[in-house]
Amino acid sequence: MTTDNNALISVKNLCKSFDGVEVLKGVNAEIDKGDVMVVIGASGSGKSTFLRCLNLLEEPTSGTILFEGVDITDKNVNINTHRQKMGMVFQQFNLFPHMTVLRNLTLGPTKLLGMSREEAEKKAMELLDRVGLAERADAYPNQLSGGQKQRIAIVRALAMNPDVMLFDEPTSALDPEMVGEVLEVMKKLAKAGMTMVVVTHEMGFAREVGTDIVFVDDGVIVEQGSPDEFFNNPKSPRLRDFLSKVL
Amino acid sequence: MQGFIEGLVASFTKTFITDNRWLQLLNGLGVTIMITIVAAAIGLVLGFLIAMVRSTYEMRLSGRKCRNAGDVILKILNLICNIYITVIRGTPVVIQLMIMYFIIFASSRNGIIAAFLSFGLNSGAYVAEIFRSGIMSIDRGQFEASRSIGFNYSQTMIFIILPQAFKNILPALGNEFIVLVKETSVAGYVALQDLTYVGNLIRSRTYEAFFPLITVALIYLIIVLLLTFLQKKLERRLRNSDH
Ligand SMILES: Nc1ncnc2c1ncn2[C@@H]1O[C@H](COP(=O)(O)OP(=O)(O)OP(=O)(O)O)[C@@H](O)[C@H]1O
Ligand SMILES: [Mg+2]
Repeated sequence: MTTDNNALISVKNLCKSFDGVEVLKGVNAEIDKGDVMVVIGASGSGKSTFLRCLNLLEEPTSGTILFEGVDITDKNVNINTHRQKMGMVFQQFNLFPHMTVLRNLTLGPTKLLGMSREEAEKKAMELLDRVGLAERADAYPNQLSGGQKQRIAIVRALAMNPDVMLFDEPTSALDPEMVGEVLEVMKKLAKAGMTMVVVTHEMGFAREVGTDIVFVDDGVIVEQGSPDEFFNNPKSPRLRDFLSKVL
Repeated sequence: MQGFIEGLVASFTKTFITDNRWLQLLNGLGVTIMITIVAAAIGLVLGFLIAMVRSTYEMRLSGRKCRNAGDVILKILNLICNIYITVIRGTPVVIQLMIMYFIIFASSRNGIIAAFLSFGLNSGAYVAEIFRSGIMSIDRGQFEASRSIGFNYSQTMIFIILPQAFKNILPALGNEFIVLVKETSVAGYVALQDLTYVGNLIRSRTYEAFFPLITVALIYLIIVLLLTFLQKKLERRLRNSDH
């Protein structure tokens, strides 16, 4: 693994403990612009923790995370401005239930990016149109299906014009028939060149869309590679074991 | 029968008409309402501030080490708030009122200010717990989603957490004010002529218990019903305005 200074995100020796229990034990990763990194691994292996460290929702115990050349683990860095450039999509959607869909999308741009309301709404409508939900702009989140909620959550993050999108098992809370519509949106996003880090159990998606597959086990990256070598020629026994169970 | 009715009329006259006693009752009602409103305002502001300290502490610092001066201040503030809530909730409001009046306001003996403050401080402790539980009841995912967009802690509170929390706690808040109205009935202990005091005064002057006490009870009941009505109306409006 070579260190390249042009990486969008560069993670070095990332460690994270909860109450003295080490969950991430020195993770190194490089995410270049346009990469779709897919993170897989068993439950409890530390995938979410890794992803959540990237935008400092979890504060790393040690290690550095360079985002666009800035070490965001530095206490003097204003993390809020960097988070604006890192969209995040959660398993549980986490839409704001007290706001309409449209307001969910315009809140960030108007309050943080200084966009006018009209401008933000115009952009929001374009985004909603892209995911086929323009006619639900005035609905409230609890009037939507899970798949619709997650598509809204994705465009809410996109409304901030992020440079990278982080996904934590975006389809795991969905009924099976709704998984497809969300994956479709993510595929389109990847094709459009968005840099993405995706924690998922959807191996089909990983194969098809991933540029870089990462296998996390027990708090470290055990194996990493292109979908082809990763799935067709896994090297470590632990990955082989894992793949034999999920494929 | 004739005698009974004449007796009733006489009692009624003594209770309400003689010496303009209805006016005394009205003044008493005014005092009760004034104490309630000022104390509620103090309680809301104070309770909100305490709840912000306590929930900020819980979310950011609970079980962790202080890393800078801000953390230390937060920790100290949280400790003060905890002591305050423990003391207020652990002692009767009438004792708090008397301490305020006979000890803290010993020199001025300003009953109304003492009442404003002690009922306000008392209500603040309960309102703080209501606000805090409302804030803590909001799913953590809401907080994280907001932070992930780039909102800082206070923006997250203002735009995301508090609007949702407020709707959840409205019933509890309404109940707190209903309790407060009734609790002010001990204001007579510090020489204030509130509704209860006036009612009791009329009872002792006229040797008529029935009319003065039932009247006072009915007035409290009407206030409480009125507050309940407003509370329900506001809740309905909030529920209709969004989801
Ligand atoms: N806030 C926390 N406090 C304490 N322990 C935590 C916390 N978050 C995660 N952990 C622990 O860290 C370990 C890794 O958790 P993590 O959520 O990163 O796993 P994961 O790979 O995402 O698993 P899953 O596939 O189930 O989502 C688990 O043992 C979990 O219990
Ligand atoms: Mg997880």
